[in-house]
Amino acid sequence: MSAFATDFLKQARVMTADLRHRKIIRTALTNYEIVRDKRKGAFQSWESARQAAAETKWEAVNHLDQYLVEFVSKLEARGTKVHWASTGAQASEIILQIVREKKARSVIKSKSMTSEEVHLNSALEKAGLEVVESDLGEFIMQLRDEPPYHIVFPSMHLTRGEIKELFQRELGDAPSDDPQELTMVARRALRKKYLTADIGFTGANFAIAETGMISITENEGNARLTAALPKTMVSLLGIEKVLPRLEDLALFLPMLATAGTGQALTCYNTMYGGPRQPGECDGPEEFHVILLDNHRTELLADAEQRDALHCIRCGACLNACPIFRNVGGHTYATTYSGPIGSVITPHLRGLQDWKHLSNASSLCGGCTEACPVKIDLHHHLLHNRRNAATEKPAFFERLIYKIFAFAANRPGIWSVAKKLGRLGLPLQNLVKGTALDPAKAWTQTRELPPMPKESFKDWWSKRK
Amino acid sequence: MKNEASVLTEREKILARVREALQAPAQVPGAHGDATLVVPRQSTTPAARQWLPKVGDSFAEQLALFQKNAAELKAEFQLLASRDEMKNALAKIAANESWKKFATHPGELTDFASANLGLPICRTDGGYDVQEMEACDAGITACDALVAQTGSVLVTSRSAGGRALSVLPPHHVVLARREQLVADLPAAFALLQKKYASDFPSMISFITGPSRTGDIERILVLGAHGPKKLTLLCF
Repeated sequence: MSAFATDFLKQARVMTADLRHRKIIRTALTNYEIVRDKRKGAFQSWESARQAAAETKWEAVNHLDQYLVEFVSKLEARGTKVHWASTGAQASEIILQIVREKKARSVIKSKSMTSEEVHLNSALEKAGLEVVESDLGEFIMQLRDEPPYHIVFPSMHLTRGEIKELFQRELGDAPSDDPQELTMVARRALRKKYLTADIGFTGANFAIAETGMISITENEGNARLTAALPKTMVSLLGIEKVLPRLEDLALFLPMLATAGTGQALTCYNTMYGGPRQPGECDGPEEFHVILLDNHRTELLADAEQRDALHCIRCGACLNACPIFRNVGGHTYATTYSGPIGSVITPHLRGLQDWKHLSNASSLCGGCTEACPVKIDLHHHLLHNRRNAATEKPAFFERLIYKIFAFAANRPGIWSVAKKLGRLGLPLQNLVKGTALDPAKAWTQTRELPPMPKESFKDWWSKRK
Repeated sequence: MKNEASVLTEREKILARVREALQAPAQVPGAHGDATLVVPRQSTTPAARQWLPKVGDSFAEQLALFQKNAAELKAEFQLLASRDEMKNALAKIAANESWKKFATHPGELTDFASANLGLPICRTDGGYDVQEMEACDAGITACDALVAQTGSVLVTSRSAGGRALSVLPPHHVVLARREQLVADLPAAFALLQKKYASDFPSMISFITGPSRTGDIERILVLGAHGPKKLTLLCF
């Protein structure tokens, strides 16, 4: 078992017993489910929209080379500098290069999971820069020095009381635990940062090939300010973010909002096609777009699981997942948690180290049903299990199945084994749940059904 | 001698990996091996209209829908009889909120409505001081369209005085004409294509209600980083 798997099991045991945590998550997600279902219901056909979205992403991802070239040439034509990074380290280095060129001292960031993936903040801080997260949830998590708990709701596991204490400790400013007042504390603290930051950093939700634009979806206006005020704007996105046409957003923006937060549309949906253009009064003088591979092409090469690259990071599968809801986001110890994280992390960071996540699943299929672009998530968890076992067969498991197959094919041996089993079970009862119990993992928390007086076979033969 | 691989740029390397990876075809999602696409390759719009939330055909229905959406989003929408009435409505808001200074951009509606407010103005044309705009009580802008389906205002860096004007001041006032109301998102994107075609503004934004967050216990708070208030004056 990998060290990651050991940690996961240990942490999962703690979290599933944490009733307070489970209550917080249940409350938050119950409200989400109510509004999401209302919004889904407003669609004339959510199912057709899902199919269309799935096919549009299929079209984009399966012609990725053409659409990337189109996207980049359109962007470059309007003065954007495009960079390509094969690895996360390269992406960070490109950004550091821009920082050095601009002699920048501070960076204001809007929410970006891709920057979490490449550990951008620590790279920038190591270089002596001030990095400030501007999304409220991300700002809270940065003050706590913790990674986001959820890809869309970074601080959903915290109570207002905890946030008040945090603000009091870190900012010396927390008049009450009222969410309104706490939000205003963050607003005041961050306003100054927008005005003075040298570089505005953003992620992107979509990359439009047809017009050479990135599209950013947000609610707070922090990305709008990040892209408006600093002199240099830098956006980092995975190569899979491409959509063929501008009009595709008419479908994807409301679907992302519906699945992600249960809104008809989030507050700001903004497309950026370049730096400040002639005749415009503001905006950055330079706009850099960094396209990141970081193992995405390896996932692309797996035709069976290629649709995992269709993901629009709405978080709907996390919200639907009974595992996520019980073990919590941090237990995964990955950038992307929940079902999509369990599917893609083995591709991004190694199958043998991360295969355990694919076993942490009830296979209920709730994730696949929740996915707005119809990624076959729960089958991909099975594919990961199969691939892990093929790549590195588990000797003991194989042996047991060999013995089982041998016995099951031989009625004589089978009936002897069954009789031994009937004798063995009362013995197992004596050591139930202890280290001596071979079925410990099951019996620790569950009861076996009581043994019937006679077996079905005996009863059947007597009946004749 | 130089290794051939090292001459390749990262762009070439990534594109080569993409092409290599795409050698094996992937199934269309949900098609179960029968790869027929329901979406035509050229355009999603005609079909999307049948799936997205319904919008009535008549202007009255669309207007009513916009009003309902704006109210749900906690944006203030005032439907006014004339341009003059819009001007009066703006003066009333400025008086009620005791504005001391506001920011705006040159344009037919913005010039007309803000001419007689008798307040200092921060103008965005030809550049402006960010600190000065930040200290304004309101930003007044025109727009490209109002979207009935979602209650959104469509602005661009060209139509609404740049990138910051519609997000930096605490109150964003949008001036619009009834004819600017469009039915749905596909119509809004069609309008963008038609209006800007090959020369898009560097920023295009759908603003749907005042700035908001739910990051503390998923409780809605307005005015996270952008405007706390959004007022739409339409005649």
